Amino acid sequence: MATTPIKKSQPKGGFVYLPLIAGWLVPGAGHFLLRKWGRGALLSVSILGMFLCGLAMGGQIHTGAHDILDMLSMAGDLGTGILYFLSRLMGWGADLTQTTVQDWGSRFIVVAGLLNVIAAVDAHNLRTGRKA
Amino acid sequence: MLHPSHFAAFVLFALFASVVFGITQRDTPPRMVRYGVYCFVLFVGSAILLSWLMYFIAR
Repeated sequence: MATTPIKKSQPKGGFVYLPLIAGWLVPGAGHFLLRKWGRGALLSVSILGMFLCGLAMGGQIHTGAHDILDMLSMAGDLGTGILYFLSRLMGWGADLTQTTVQDWGSRFIVVAGLLNVIAAVDAHNLRTGRKA
Repeated sequence: MLHPSHFAAFVLFALFASVVFGITQRDTPPRMVRYGVYCFVLFVGSAILLSWLMYFIAR
């Protein structure tokens, strides 16, 4: 079966990890740096939307590692980059989850972080020419 | 505070996750859209299927 070859983007000069770091710190910024405006905007809206829905549901921002689950949740939360540090600074998010909706909110925040890491790695792949 | 139903919460979750999966896991825009829709249908479809399964198991 004949397949159409996919044109890969050419790697450019400069600091190769910049889109990865920018994409981690600000959702979608890695793609914006590479002038992928549409993809960056959709990623930004999706990740920010998920994070804000999580906060609006009263989700918890994990601040300490008391047990292994807390540690994993905190690692996920850290994936949101600057949003995590901003939340810590502003005191956003619940201290404890007491209702089911709050628990869903906490999961939304963790998954927003994990999705942001995937998006940042995608920006890095675009930057290195591994992806079109 | 936002109080979505369980259904609304998982549809929101599926929507956001599918957009990111579609963009990051495929190379061209038409394939991104197709994969995003595929992920969304799988997310929502599997959740509905599992819900019915749990409903009958509980009886």
